[in-house]
Amino acid sequence: MSRSDDTLLLANVSRRGLLKGLVGGSALLLAARWDLALANEQAQFGAGAMPGGWVDNPNVFIQIDSDGLITIISNRAEMGQGIRTSLAMVAADELGANWDRVRAQQAEGDQDKYGNQNTDGSRSMRHWYEPMRRAAAAARLMLEQAAANQWDVPVHEVRAEIHKVVHPATGRELGFGELAEAARALDVPGRNDLVLKSDNELRFIGKESGLINGELKSAHPKAIDGEDIVTGKAIFGADIDLENTLYAVIARPPVYGAKVKSVDDSEALKVAGVKKVIRIKGASQPAAFNPLGGVAVVAFNTWAAMEGRRALKIEWDNTPAGDNADYTSDAYRESLEKAAQSPGKVIRQSGDVETALQNAEKRVSATYYMPHMAQATMEPPVAVVMIKNGKAEAWAPVQHPRAAREGIAGMLEMELDNVTLHQTLLGGGFGRKSKPDFVMEAALVAKEFEGQPIKLQWSREDDIHHAYFHAVSVDHLEAGLDAEGKATSWRHRTLSPSIASLFMPDPKHKGEFELGMGFNTMPFNIPAIRLENPPAPAHVRIGWFRSVYNLPHAWAIQSFAHEMAVAAGKDHRDYVLDLLGPARKIHNLTVGDGWNYGEDPDLHPIDIGRMRRVIERATAEAGWGRKTGKGRGLGLAFHNSFVSYTAIVFDVEVDDKGKLTIHRADIAFDCGPQANPERIRSQMEGSCVMGIGIALQSEVTFKDGVAQQDNFDSYLVPRMPDAPKVVRVHLIDNPNDAMGGVGEPGLPPVAPALCNAIYAATGKRIRRLPVGNQLS
Amino acid sequence: MITLTINGQEHELDVPDSMPLLWAIRDVVGMKGTKFGCGIAQCGACTVHLNGVAIRSCVTPVAAAKGEITTIEAMADDPVGHKVQQAWLDMGVAQCGYCQGGQIMNATALLKRTPAPQTQEIVDAMAGNLCRCGTYNRILAAIERAAGTQAVDPGDMDTRDMDKEEASS
Repeated sequence: MSRSDDTLLLANVSRRGLLKGLVGGSALLLAARWDLALANEQAQFGAGAMPGGWVDNPNVFIQIDSDGLITIISNRAEMGQGIRTSLAMVAADELGANWDRVRAQQAEGDQDKYGNQNTDGSRSMRHWYEPMRRAAAAARLMLEQAAANQWDVPVHEVRAEIHKVVHPATGRELGFGELAEAARALDVPGRNDLVLKSDNELRFIGKESGLINGELKSAHPKAIDGEDIVTGKAIFGADIDLENTLYAVIARPPVYGAKVKSVDDSEALKVAGVKKVIRIKGASQPAAFNPLGGVAVVAFNTWAAMEGRRALKIEWDNTPAGDNADYTSDAYRESLEKAAQSPGKVIRQSGDVETALQNAEKRVSATYYMPHMAQATMEPPVAVVMIKNGKAEAWAPVQHPRAAREGIAGMLEMELDNVTLHQTLLGGGFGRKSKPDFVMEAALVAKEFEGQPIKLQWSREDDIHHAYFHAVSVDHLEAGLDAEGKATSWRHRTLSPSIASLFMPDPKHKGEFELGMGFNTMPFNIPAIRLENPPAPAHVRIGWFRSVYNLPHAWAIQSFAHEMAVAAGKDHRDYVLDLLGPARKIHNLTVGDGWNYGEDPDLHPIDIGRMRRVIERATAEAGWGRKTGKGRGLGLAFHNSFVSYTAIVFDVEVDDKGKLTIHRADIAFDCGPQANPERIRSQMEGSCVMGIGIALQSEVTFKDGVAQQDNFDSYLVPRMPDAPKVVRVHLIDNPNDAMGGVGEPGLPPVAPALCNAIYAATGKRIRRLPVGNQLS
Repeated sequence: MITLTINGQEHELDVPDSMPLLWAIRDVVGMKGTKFGCGIAQCGACTVHLNGVAIRSCVTPVAAAKGEITTIEAMADDPVGHKVQQAWLDMGVAQCGYCQGGQIMNATALLKRTPAPQTQEIVDAMAGNLCRCGTYNRILAAIERAAGTQAVDPGDMDTRDMDKEEASS
């Protein structure tokens, strides 16, 4: 498989790929690049464009034992999206396996063998559905050929059934297990010789099962890790149990870029169980994925390490941190709000916005704020690393095993082949665990203890203080309406620190992959549009948080569209359908988006018809327009991201004291063809709950460069009472478009839909997240 | 030396009295089903039973863990625990699964105390157990399934208690 390095972008970049991109010119990462994309017609998209590309060799992914037990190798990280189940299901369906005889095994981190393993960007199923089906179809053909050889009959006379191959003419049959050894010895058939099963032959793919909108319609095929999870046997990062393990925690500089000035470890060393205290070298800024440095306490158990750390007396030197040590959230927000009043770098323009605004019958203007957030996976970052004889072996819950291996190899000056990585289950990922800093930290400590495994554990406080934070954002919008309330102009200025600041001198502007997350791809059909990006500096590590910059863009655009509808005196749904205009397909390049999540715009254009359909479905299911009574209202928002389409309607009530009750959420979702609808529903339900937290509770603030929240008592995330009383997921039956992402696209419209519902219920407009106590 | 009785088995541990039970179970005894999530009794991932009561092992010193300690590893052999686990599987509750051991321990303690809880009782009882994947609606449905208290429309919290009241009247 060849692929173009030009298509490597920051959002899916390996460190090596990134370095190439930077050497090639940082403008690549920053400027609208669609002219370049046009020039390079050979650029590949999708799975083929990812580092390592795709692999469809059945011998890599499908293992059949002589007793018929089938093992599907999962090359993607399991972090709750159910990919180990869903990928295995795809393969088992195409192969014709008995699901009770199928298990999954996690691939080692080996991109050269398994293809791309960076579980990020909602790509796993959309990039691996076809290769897995081909791998399984090839395996099935090999089993048929093995049976035909044994029976000495032409292969067209035999056929695979469930877990066996039969010869109908003679009634003979052989189990997959009996054929496995002979089949393995055969050549893998060419791709052109494969015949995939037709839809009516499939048993699992695209089939609804399990809990559907509150009703258990039918049993679902068992989840691969289900039994292990409910019995406590599932192995997450910290559950790796090796002999002679030492346990480590690190005290990291509270301010990004600060260093240890001095450390007094005398009290720490007195703590029972503490073995050693060592200083850890930190990276200079920009830190990329490298450790932040600090002081490690190594002990015979986690508790002793934590107690030892508590007893350290460390003086930090903030000088190398520069103005990061002055970073204070309120002042920063004010500075961005001020910057939003002036024009910024023009990202997209059509028509004359300034004139149209001046001539407007009515002008609408608003500024929206979304704070920093931490991913706060339930499993805090943790890794086990052992270094012996010049080789490193790591066990870790990482989304991106290649990045972890390259990180260790680069830092310890080892050959990549001398670094192995065993991927455990992830207790949540949400983007945090695509950064291997915690694995590299474990390697730094392990280097001091040759031959002894080091378990490096992050506390919850570590996790919230040292996240790769979701970018804080200010979005300022202004629109002009004519006498009928119709929009004549739209100006949007977006300001956020860029993730690129992790890897290079702070560009202060969003890169193409950040703008492409719902900013320049804004779908409204308005005569005059001007999109600008004024500068915003980074003062902390900015990183990927589930659905990333789609969050602030959807929050601002979907809130503002509602404000325009209110100003126009129109029904919100009717108004946005009018703003979208008729069903049509917008090629991404025509709006300056050369990124499109790495996908081919011919296959995945911005499809206004699909957008309209999710809006129509969600509103119909929610009973849009019904009378709700005092203090109760419906709110709508929609967004396309990760080449899928989502609309949500919330039904909420706010009482006199400002107490919010979320009665119901109706989510319409179109990801094109559905591999495992049961897990698509669970992703939508989970996104809805996480999005409610983004709307109502979650915020990390900084004072003098130091995160002010510590743990779940101050960094608030949703609990059961915060969940909607009813969540309804309406999957759009759309087998004809190309497959889209699932893990992230449910999240962006949640906060604006909820705040629009709060407005409908109360008349109170929320422009600053989280809502917190703004309702009381 | 401290003696802990975990799932019916005694363990002699040479640990300080102040060590939280969580770390004694995980790092010293070596049982990994009980999880670390916050260390301050805010998330419930570390929930175990002490004499049948759900407690947060991350803030319970081993010296205070006197009596029968039960962990997720023993739930398959517990009649109520097993029913809860099966309901979890039937309803496809788990996403990443990290918090679910603690959720199941808390739900099992609830059902032992209150075999047929009202919906609001479940919501209140489970409020201390975080799930970042957001599986709360399915957790609730699974607890009601295990309790046999499902309403006509098990997805609809608004009507559930109403249905139950009607059913019992």
